[in-house]
Amino acid sequence: MSSELLPHTLDAHPVTGMYNGKFGVWLFLASEVMLFGALFSAYILLRTHGDFPTHKETLLNYKIGALNTFLLITSSVTMVMAWASFKLNDPGKGKLYLWITVILSCAFLFIKIKFEYMHKIHEDIIPSTSTFYGIYYCMTGLHGLHILGGVVVMLYFLTVGSGLWNKNQQQFTNRIECTGLYWHFVDLVWIFLFPVFYLL
Amino acid sequence: MAASAEDVRKSIKSYLLVFGALAVLTVITVAASWLKVSVALAIFIALVIASVKGSLVASVFMHLTGEKATLYWVLIISAFFFLLLVLLPVLQTWETSHLIDQVKP
Repeated sequence: MSSELLPHTLDAHPVTGMYNGKFGVWLFLASEVMLFGALFSAYILLRTHGDFPTHKETLLNYKIGALNTFLLITSSVTMVMAWASFKLNDPGKGKLYLWITVILSCAFLFIKIKFEYMHKIHEDIIPSTSTFYGIYYCMTGLHGLHILGGVVVMLYFLTVGSGLWNKNQQQFTNRIECTGLYWHFVDLVWIFLFPVFYLL
Repeated sequence: MAASAEDVRKSIKSYLLVFGALAVLTVITVAASWLKVSVALAIFIALVIASVKGSLVASVFMHLTGEKATLYWVLIISAFFFLLLVLLPVLQTWETSHLIDQVKP
């Protein structure tokens, strides 16, 4: 669909001060705040009134959690560097940073599944084991699905969607910026999930 | 947000500085969890550090500092409802336990 059909695809809307796609992503992220907010609310309720273990009593390894935190914050930097590179008209570097982001994201998911979920399932610890593991699997699983969604979008822009760069560089850069906004939000959620489950 | 090429070049340094700050704050979060303090204080410390990290991500990586007021209003409204969502069950359980205390002989 050409940018002429949709107004303010490239230029800023006079009311919002940004192009429509970006404002749409921000509205989507506001709805995501409510989604994760409901789960954090459930966590607080269970934590304060349920039979809840401390992190020292659970099988959660804070070292693995800290490693995954480091992977995600690094992926946030590489994501913003990818956008900056496309903005500076350097698609080669932009794609490289985007690939690094994908690799870091896959490493996060691999560690999460292989060394955390699989290990716990092997020990017969599943969501129905306790309220703690119920909310743990629910929140970290939903976060993991968000990571997976981000990886799919990034892979799209690195493969079949990369042709847009040759047609309209600004639109392509805008799309990378929108992907970045989503990605930083996913990082932001993990920044709160890490202490909540692994350290408290 | 950073718009021109010159602005973007200047921003790259701040991205790297924020990355360093986030890494250091992650180490501090882990170290703080080993302090021998009450559960309430431990939760408070962890959430304060997480909030600082979150603010850095939102303001620098998501370029929130340079946006227009319309976006701030969208985020203020969602933050309000987020807090409401988090506080409502807490207030409800506090009220329930308060009532139970009252009816106890």
